[in-house]
Amino acid sequence: MTFRHDIEAAIPALRRYARALTRDAETADDLVQDTLVRALRSEHLFHGGDVRSWLYTILTNLNRNRLRSLARRPTLTPIEDDDAPDAAGPEAGGRDIERALALLVDEQRAALLLVVLEGLTYREVAEVQGVPIGTVMSRLARARVQIKAYLDGGRPALRRIK
Amino acid sequence: MVDQNSPVTEDELHVYVDGELPADRRQAVETWLANHPEDAARVAAWRAQTEAIRARYGAVANEPVPSRLNIVRITRSRRSWSAVAAAAVVVAFVAGGIAGWMARGASAAAPNPFELFAGEALAAHRLYIAEVRHPIEVTAAENHLVPWLSRRVGTTLRAPELPDFGLRLLGGRLLPGPNGPAALFMYEGPSGERFTLYASKLPTPQTAFRYSVTDRFAAAYWVESEIGYVLSGPPDRERIGKIAQAIYEQMEQRAPASGRTSVDQLMSRRGS
Repeated sequence: MTFRHDIEAAIPALRRYARALTRDAETADDLVQDTLVRALRSEHLFHGGDVRSWLYTILTNLNRNRLRSLARRPTLTPIEDDDAPDAAGPEAGGRDIERALALLVDEQRAALLLVVLEGLTYREVAEVQGVPIGTVMSRLARARVQIKAYLDGGRPALRRIK
Repeated sequence: MVDQNSPVTEDELHVYVDGELPADRRQAVETWLANHPEDAARVAAWRAQTEAIRARYGAVANEPVPSRLNIVRITRSRRSWSAVAAAAVVVAFVAGGIAGWMARGASAAAPNPFELFAGEALAAHRLYIAEVRHPIEVTAAENHLVPWLSRRVGTTLRAPELPDFGLRLLGGRLLPGPNGPAALFMYEGPSGERFTLYASKLPTPQTAFRYSVTDRFAAAYWVESEIGYVLSGPPDRERIGKIAQAIYEQMEQRAPASGRTSVDQLMSRRGS
């Protein structure tokens, strides 16, 4: 039962990754639940290797599907509290990074989070995302440029092409 | 082996920050940074980003895992697949609001009509619920309130009756909307909390209920017969969902039917 044990051991990290990826606790746990169901159903498809990376792969793909299906639907303007810019304080920093992450393209956000939050190597991220390492590195670089631009105050001027 | 004196590339700076740089090159990068303050500043900014992300989300891994993620429970559940299907529906439903955050990253193009519409409704909600003396234009006591708004909006409106939720209709007002005149009905609850129902023409296909919540407001949205509705109120997911469902049923003059996927069912399933 080491397979199940490995899956179980990965749940806290999956929740952390999903939370940062979606920035919503409910949606994140929905994704984790969906990931676990699929992983447990697909045990016979797992041919060794790192269970944790495999789970990250499933979750990353599920999230991408989710965003794609959302993109086909009408999207909503979020009800933002735009009355006041962020005040200083410990909470403000958390909200800033949250908003900065929200502005990233999904693939860039996933690459960055897998590296800095989940501690995966570039090679592991390349496997999770199914792309060459060079692509992972350029996603990482673009993510960092955009977050820096946002935090430096250039809030509207995102999506700029270098 | 890498030449110790070759210039440091941006790629290498990322590799360095992420701790993947081979030891024999690390010293060269550190020397480079000491002599290139702009690169040093970038590296510092990237490190600060990493710290902020870890500070914001790192603790999630220490939270107790909710029971629905218990793998014994998931394995036992014979309805696992249908649970996935249900979860997908619910994710789509609830994530509607959140999608705004994400979709803005994914499509910075012009907002679609539904976005514009919801934005107008929320702006009106924010503006008028804060009014102490003049939250409305015409009070509920005046019989012409609903006929007047119906005529101006161009459809037969009803002001839903919501005493089951402790909500009293204060009245309404006429507003300019993205596709013509819009009606705003305002309700007040037992502790002074206010809800608004915004209704106006929205020539898009019928949609499912969507839901959005922030720390200040919750809203439910739907489109029926080319009229868009936005119910806004305090940030209480369950309450806004129930009220939206009741309004929907009153508007459509339908009795609550069993076997239909209602907002209630979706929401209660989420909570399980």
